[in-house]
Amino acid sequence: MEKFTRFTSRVVPLLVDNIDTDQIIPARFLKVTDKKGLGDNLFADWRFNGDGTPRSDFVLNAPAHCGAQILLAGDNFGCGSSREHAPWALAGFGFRAVISTSFADIFSNNAMKNSILPLALAAGDHARLVALLGADPAAELTVDLPSQSLLVPGGGAMRFPIDGFAKSCLLNGVDELGYLFGFMKEIEAFERSTSRS
Amino acid sequence: MNAAGPKTLFEKVWESHLVHQEPDAPAVLYVDLHLVHEVTSPQAFAGLRSRGLPVRKPGRTVATVDHSIPTGDPALPLTDPLASKQIAQMEENARWGGMRFFGMSSDRRGIVHVIGPELGLTHPGMTVVCGDSHTSTHGAFGALAFGIGTSEVEHVLATQCLLQRRPGVFEIRIEGKRGPGVTAKDIVLALLARIGVGGGTGHVFEYTGSAVGALSMEERMTICNMSIEGGARAGMMAPDDTTFEYIAGREFSPRGPEWDRSVAGWRALPTDDGAVFDRSLTLDITDLPPMITFGTNPGMGLEVGGPVPRPEDITDPSQRSALRKALEYMNLKPGEPLLGRPVNVVFIGSCTNGRISDLRLAASVLRGRKVDPAVRVLVVPGSQAVKREAEAEGLDRIFKAAGAEWREAGCSMCIAMNGDQLSPGQYAVSTSNRNFEGRQGKGGRTFLASPLTAAASAVTGKITDVRTLS
Repeated sequence: MEKFTRFTSRVVPLLVDNIDTDQIIPARFLKVTDKKGLGDNLFADWRFNGDGTPRSDFVLNAPAHCGAQILLAGDNFGCGSSREHAPWALAGFGFRAVISTSFADIFSNNAMKNSILPLALAAGDHARLVALLGADPAAELTVDLPSQSLLVPGGGAMRFPIDGFAKSCLLNGVDELGYLFGFMKEIEAFERSTSRS
Repeated sequence: MNAAGPKTLFEKVWESHLVHQEPDAPAVLYVDLHLVHEVTSPQAFAGLRSRGLPVRKPGRTVATVDHSIPTGDPALPLTDPLASKQIAQMEENARWGGMRFFGMSSDRRGIVHVIGPELGLTHPGMTVVCGDSHTSTHGAFGALAFGIGTSEVEHVLATQCLLQRRPGVFEIRIEGKRGPGVTAKDIVLALLARIGVGGGTGHVFEYTGSAVGALSMEERMTICNMSIEGGARAGMMAPDDTTFEYIAGREFSPRGPEWDRSVAGWRALPTDDGAVFDRSLTLDITDLPPMITFGTNPGMGLEVGGPVPRPEDITDPSQRSALRKALEYMNLKPGEPLLGRPVNVVFIGSCTNGRISDLRLAASVLRGRKVDPAVRVLVVPGSQAVKREAEAEGLDRIFKAAGAEWREAGCSMCIAMNGDQLSPGQYAVSTSNRNFEGRQGKGGRTFLASPLTAAASAVTGKITDVRTLS
């Protein structure tokens, strides 16, 4: 897994609450057996017309947002299906962080396992960020994981919470499976003591 | 926390599966039953193989195919090359991993959350996981059951454990007696309309109250199934005699002296008097009418006879804009009634409402009636066993005589991966669990409702209050 520390990027605002994983990657694209290419269908039904041409009114298609690595969404991002194809699609498209005021539990777990930071801001900070980007859509933000801060132009910093263990995994690019394997003796002892085979 | 003090059902199951807990780290939690299906597992098996790891506990792992399989004539070959590849890969991975597999030709296959309970695999006090958010269904037995991502599927295949942060417990107390025409689906839609789709985030629901004890196991499964639609990864209900009667005698249920020992243990699981929940809410269902959704998430529900909400009545700006966006997608006008609105498709099935009792409810409405000729009606049993049981009772003949399609088991039009799908702009009344934009087919519009409401709407061709059907 790639190490996640600090990066600076422009922001794509998609200010819709309760964006579900069926929107992030519609189910018809889940008939894959690997993780490749899902970014091409990120937000497919919002991004493309019926004939497959890009919808000019959808924010991800705006040339000004090309290459942005931060998605700014509304509340409760990633609700619904447990599909990890959602963070695979976000990562495949080039996103490294999603900003919201809250995230659905399964999405949040899945995102961090794919080096995507679910960055939850307090409602007041989220509103200030929306206003800031409204005034300057090309503003660049810096996501600084070690200090758990989102640095905004003009020197301001917005703090965000993150689980300490997940933070350490992201910073060190460590896969959780390695950590779990460290407890194999305890797992075997648990199986013996509870007569599980 | 006092280890000897009163405990919730959740705490008892959590603590009895806690393998290890480092300070400031997530718990290492043991998984008793891992259910696997074709859509969320291929990358996990590929990960195992690339690390040179075996499936550690194939005896605790059960696989089937449900999401991408066709539900039409079983004699016809698969026509979708991607689905075929996924199904073949599941079969190959199950063989490689040495686990039990209920494939296309198995008479025990079906939707993973229908067959787990039906085969007696799901027991009270277990931990159950699956790469599918509706794993919450199994909580109806007093199991801690939740959906996981594909990376976690790999973790469980490799170690039989998961790293988990302990969630809070949110008591949903359900009291009162339901009226005629009101089902478990209406109860859960009413709950979701009250708390919204993020109301349970960070929590496990425990459903308590006299109304829960009065529900059948299949009704309990319908409610627990949709816990995830309220943001709770799991929903749990205390096991009782109804639970034990359901489990007794099934293929993988304990037998003989083991049965007695199991039941004795299960009886100790319910929440102790005096145990404390992190949050609580009471829902009185005494005057609850049938419910239906109008919008693009399962929390956007109303009484079937009620008017579509008006954005101008909502003060919160983001909720107002969400409502506007939903009404635009659904092409509904603020304040208009849903009753009498024509629909194109009725879908009866899914892990929410695809069990035998759901089909009996639908058949009770369709018996001796015809569906409106303008409506396509699909009845999709949740498993091949449900299909056989329905056929033994003659329900298939009722559906076919009414003009509905009687299909093979699968997820079908709930997730629309298998060719069963709405066309852009079509309206459906569905007994499934999600009305997200495009969920039942790109551009399709979904009204979630009970099997009774769905069947009544199939007869009239319009959204109908089953209590008024002549």
